[in-house]
Amino acid sequence: MLRIAVASGKGGTGKTTLAVNLAALLADQGHGVRLLDADVEEPDCHLFLHPHDESSAPVDVLIPVVDDARCTACRVCADVCAFNAITVIGSSVLVFPELCHSCGACPLLCPESALHEESRTTGQVRRGTVDRPGASFELVTGVLTVGEAKPVPVTKAVRAAGEREGADVVLVDAPPGTSCPVIESVRGADLVVLVTEPTPFGLNDLRLAVEMVRALGLRAVVAINRAGVGDDRTLRYCEEEGLEVVLELPDDRRIAEAYSRGELLVDALPELRQLFESMWRRIVNAVTAQEVRP
Amino acid sequence: MKVAITTQDNDIDALVDPRFGRAAWFIIVDPESEEWTAVDNRANADAGGGAGVQAGTIVADQGVGAVITGNVGPNAHRTLAAAGVSVYQAGNGVTAREALRRYKAQELPVVTTPTVAGHWS
Amino acid sequence: MEPRELVVISGKGGTGKTSVVAAFAALAGGAVLADCDVDAADLHLVLRPELGEPHDFSSRSCAVIEPDPCTGCGRCAEVCRFDAVSRSPDDEYSIDTIACEGCALCMRVCPADAIRMESVVNGVWMVSTTRFGPLVHARLGVAEDNSGKLVTHVRKEARATALREGLPLILADGAPGIGCPVIASLTGAHFVLAVTEPTVSGRHDLERVLQVVRGFRLPFAVLVNKADLNPELTEAVTADVLAQGALFARTVDYDPAVTAAQVAGVDVVTYGGRAAAAIEEAWNETARALAVTEEGDVSHA
Repeated sequence: MLRIAVASGKGGTGKTTLAVNLAALLADQGHGVRLLDADVEEPDCHLFLHPHDESSAPVDVLIPVVDDARCTACRVCADVCAFNAITVIGSSVLVFPELCHSCGACPLLCPESALHEESRTTGQVRRGTVDRPGASFELVTGVLTVGEAKPVPVTKAVRAAGEREGADVVLVDAPPGTSCPVIESVRGADLVVLVTEPTPFGLNDLRLAVEMVRALGLRAVVAINRAGVGDDRTLRYCEEEGLEVVLELPDDRRIAEAYSRGELLVDALPELRQLFESMWRRIVNAVTAQEVRP
Repeated sequence: MKVAITTQDNDIDALVDPRFGRAAWFIIVDPESEEWTAVDNRANADAGGGAGVQAGTIVADQGVGAVITGNVGPNAHRTLAAAGVSVYQAGNGVTAREALRRYKAQELPVVTTPTVAGHWS
Repeated sequence: MEPRELVVISGKGGTGKTSVVAAFAALAGGAVLADCDVDAADLHLVLRPELGEPHDFSSRSCAVIEPDPCTGCGRCAEVCRFDAVSRSPDDEYSIDTIACEGCALCMRVCPADAIRMESVVNGVWMVSTTRFGPLVHARLGVAEDNSGKLVTHVRKEARATALREGLPLILADGAPGIGCPVIASLTGAHFVLAVTEPTVSGRHDLERVLQVVRGFRLPFAVLVNKADLNPELTEAVTADVLAQGALFARTVDYDPAVTAAQVAGVDVVTYGGRAAAAIEEAWNETARALAVTEEGDVSHA
């Protein structure tokens, strides 16, 4: 199984465009592909792919629950909680589920065994089928409930869904940035495709993304969206850093308009297919080259 | 019963800090004698999540019956409610001393629901 | 005098939020600028500040295992829920500092007292000087989380700077998404401007982030950037947000000058062009709205 993550240092660079078009193209080519939308704060792949027969499973985290009959209000739980998620006022214990990291410290360390854990739902993992002419593939979408602050458990659940049998290519649409949920999304990838724009903002954010990928010991290639719009500093940077550029998607108003309507480029502008095909060949070559390296 | 006032400095003539959990100081004052002490909350003000819970616990432990502040979030509100502490809102730009005077004159509005949404980290 | 705080957010990235903030900075006539997009801080690229002194930022601690007292019993690995404890082939235990969430449970259960918690420097922040006013900006260490705490810190420094320098306005470039960093950008602010684009994903993400904004009961307005890319969708989004209580909705048509300004390293108002004129109108309306919400703020104070 080949695991390819699509990420970017900043949002809005075309990460989702690349992921959904590549997934569609691979399905068209007869690959058993599965696309994971791990951008759980703003999952958008479904807007382009229109999955059907969606099933939804809750993502649960554990939170402590107090057994009042056993509790002596000794405050050990509040003292051991690193996140201020539990406190004792007078003789009652208050739990603040949104603050809880589910670390398990308070139930384990309560001297009276007065705490046990129960599930609390913070998001959903949806699975649906995307039809392509002659083939179909699975889209797995993580959705963080609005108002919840911690995306990582949902990201983990999405990634776990990707580990199931039945796909020879797993594509992951990671959230933007370089923080925890991104790391959780790209972990274990054979290659990370970093999507950027050839602008000063794009380059600044690409540098951060490259730093993150290297900190994780992973390998990256670069895809440039809106090629020709800014300047050549991004290409020069890639050359200096030895980063292969696997795609240069031109800056073309027709692309922006197709995207705005939620259309796939491989369908709306079929002449772009060959760009995605050649990108895929480069990705496969990059992964293979890596495997034969001593 | 003692009152806690959130302030920007450790003095009863300092301005009321409009934030509860992330206030720099709490002035704990006896409304009758107007004797006061200051409790340092700066470490908590810089903390990540749960500042409201922590601050609520700190003032509850001081045995106060009321808090005078700007805004309270849902976590602080729940903590203070559990401790039976009433919350009063001081206006903008007033000192703790002036807020106390208005409290004693029963001029301050009492808060019965959170006034701002939560911030979780 | 408490400074007023305007936060510009976007939900989705790449809508032009930072370009709008830089343009507003040029128009505001004196404000503290706060870059709360600490994961991908870009405001300095167009404001070209004279950099201030960098300060370390630490918002978390991480477990450290001392090899000497460690008996290799493995209790730490058993209790850790974050897969942060690993065992080397020669039975030495160590902590993955990226995976560790700092709960300290391993330290508490270690029978040999071999584990301690150490604070981790995971970012830097500084107050720099731009020609439009002080800029408080930060950078989160790569592979770090807790950006919400750094956002909170940036805003706190921005407020302190505004009070110190007597500036009446804080102009914040908000964090993306709907999670902790954006919540940290919004809490306690006075007015929100959401920048979006007329695309299916722009609309979807705007809906989600506006749910967060409404949860805060904050007054807000919307700016639809690149509006002519999809006029039908622009109209639909505008109608949506006005129905949801936006104070106003403005549009800015696509203008290559926005990217050209960025390449030239200046804000779009200084660079000039069609978009600059439209953004200036949006600024005038935003400034009026800020003034009105100030008067209406009594109940909130």
